[in-house]
Amino acid sequence: MTRAAAWAILILGAIYFILPLMGMIEFSLSMRRGEYSLDAYRIVLADPQFRRTFGYSVMMAIATIVVGMLLVVPTAYWVQLKLPRLRPLIEFMTLLPLVIPAIVVVFGYIRLYNTSSWLPLTGSLTGTNILLMCGYIMLGLPYMYRAVDTGLRAVDVATLTEAAQSLGAGWGTILWRLILPNVLVAVLSGAFVTFAIVMGEFTMAALLNRPAFGPYLQLMGANRAYEPFALATIAFAITWACIGAMQLFTRFSRQGRPT
Amino acid sequence: MTDQTPHSRPPRRFNPAWLGVLPFALFVSMFLIAPTLNIVIGAFQTPDGSFTLANIQGLFTRSIMSSYWISIKISVASAAIGSLVGFLMATAVVLGGLPRGLRAPLMTFSGVASNFAGVPLAFAFLATLGPLGLVTGVLRTEFGINLRAYGFNILSFWGLTITYLFFQIPLMILIITPALDGLKREWREAASCLGATGAQYWRMVALPILFPTIIGTFALLFANAFGAVATAIALTGSSLNIAPIMLFAQIRGDVLGDPQLGYAMAFGMIVITAVANVTYIVLRIRSERWLK
Repeated sequence: MTRAAAWAILILGAIYFILPLMGMIEFSLSMRRGEYSLDAYRIVLADPQFRRTFGYSVMMAIATIVVGMLLVVPTAYWVQLKLPRLRPLIEFMTLLPLVIPAIVVVFGYIRLYNTSSWLPLTGSLTGTNILLMCGYIMLGLPYMYRAVDTGLRAVDVATLTEAAQSLGAGWGTILWRLILPNVLVAVLSGAFVTFAIVMGEFTMAALLNRPAFGPYLQLMGANRAYEPFALATIAFAITWACIGAMQLFTRFSRQGRPT
Repeated sequence: MTDQTPHSRPPRRFNPAWLGVLPFALFVSMFLIAPTLNIVIGAFQTPDGSFTLANIQGLFTRSIMSSYWISIKISVASAAIGSLVGFLMATAVVLGGLPRGLRAPLMTFSGVASNFAGVPLAFAFLATLGPLGLVTGVLRTEFGINLRAYGFNILSFWGLTITYLFFQIPLMILIITPALDGLKREWREAASCLGATGAQYWRMVALPILFPTIIGTFALLFANAFGAVATAIALTGSSLNIAPIMLFAQIRGDVLGDPQLGYAMAFGMIVITAVANVTYIVLRIRSERWLK
C-alpha cells in the first residue's frame, strides 16, 4: 500500500466518523433560530426527569461496579491460586454475555423471576433494581473479568499469598490489603468500561421498566426536537471520558511496572 | 509415565478449593445460564408444559421470517463492510508508512466508538443523514442532491447498515491491529528475496495467515449487529421490522398473540448468534497457530 493510499483511506474513514458527531453537536446547538446557543442543554439539565434518570443510572453503575468487583476479584484470584485448570471454563463463562443477546437474557429474567415464581424479584422495586444490577454485572462481566485476570497474571499471586499467610494474615486481609492494591489499576479500567456500558444501556432497563438514562433518552428522542441531541452529546462525552480514563490507567500501569 | 498403574490413583475426592468459586458459579447460573435455558425450554413447550415443536414451526410464517431475513441482511452487510473498512484503516496505520503518532489516537478512538452504540448513536445519525440532518442539508443546498429523491431513507436497510458501521469498523480495528502487528518482517523479506511482488506477498503469505482472524472477526461483528436492539429502536421506532425489534415488542406487549412464539423467536436469535460466535472461536484458535 502506498503512503498516499494509506492517507486517503484514513482521511475517508475519519470523515465518516467525524460527520455524525458534528451533525449531533450542530443540532444540539441550533435550538434558537439562526444562531448557536446552549438552550437545549439548559432545558435538558433543568429537566427534573433528566436528573432523576441520570442519577439513577449513576447509582446503578456504582452498585454494579462494587458488587461486580466483589464477585470478580476473589474469583479470579482464587482460580489463579488454587484452580488454574478451571480458568478456560471460567473465561468462557465470562465471554458468554457477548454471545447471548441481552434481550434474550432479560426475557429469561422476566419469565424466571416474576411475581409467581420461587424468587419474585420483579414483585418489588428493590427486587427489580437488584435484578437489573445483576443484569448489568452480567453485561460488564467480560470486561471486568478480563481486566482483573490480566492484572493478576502480572503479579506473583502464590508467593504474595504465602508471604502474607506466614505473617498471619487471613483471607479477607489478603484480598483487601494485598491483592486489591496490586490489581487496583485493572479494577479501575474494568470499572470505567462498565460505567460507560451501564450509562448507555437501554434494553434491560426498558424491559424491566426502570427509570434509567437509556430509556429516558429514547423517550426524549420520540417526543422532542433538539434536546435529544444535547443528551446524545452528553452521553458521548461520558463514553469518551470513561474509555479515555481506562486507556490512561492501562498505559500508566504498563509503564509503572518493571518488566 | 505416571499412569502405568491406574489402580494406584487415589479416588476422586471433593476438593474444598472448589467452594471458592461457588459465588461466581451461583451468579452465572442464576443470571445467565438459567434465564437462557428457560427461554430455550420454553421454545419447545406448550402453555401447559408439554413438549411441542409447534412454536418452532410457528417461526416459519411470512412476517417472522422476513424480520429474521432483514436482520440477517443488515448484520451481514454491516459486518462485511465493517471488516473491510476496518481492515483497510488498520493496515493503513500499521503498515502504510503513516506517522507512528497516529496509532494511539486511532486505537483510543476505536475504543470509544465501539462502545458508543445504542440510543445516542441513533440520534447522531438522525442529525446527520435524517431528513433535516447536516449532510442531507448540505447536499441539498450546496450540491442540489436530494437524498430522498434517490430513495435514501435513514429508516431503511442502508440507513441502519451505515449507522451500525460506526461501532463495527472500530471493533474490527481493535481486533485486527494486533494480528497485523503479528505479521513478521522476515516473511515479507523472505517473499521479496524469492522475487514476490507486494501483491503476491499479500495474496500468498499475509492474507492466508490473516484469513482466520478476518473471517472470525466477521462472525463476531455479525453477532454484534444481530443483537443490537437499542440503536434500531431509537432510529426506526417500529417502522422497520427486524428480529430484535419484533422480540422487544413481543416482550412488552405480546404483539404476536402467542407468548410461546416469543420464546421460539428468542431461541432463533440465540441459535443464529451462537453459530456466528462458535465460528469466531474456532477460527480464533486456528489463527493463533501463526500469530503468536
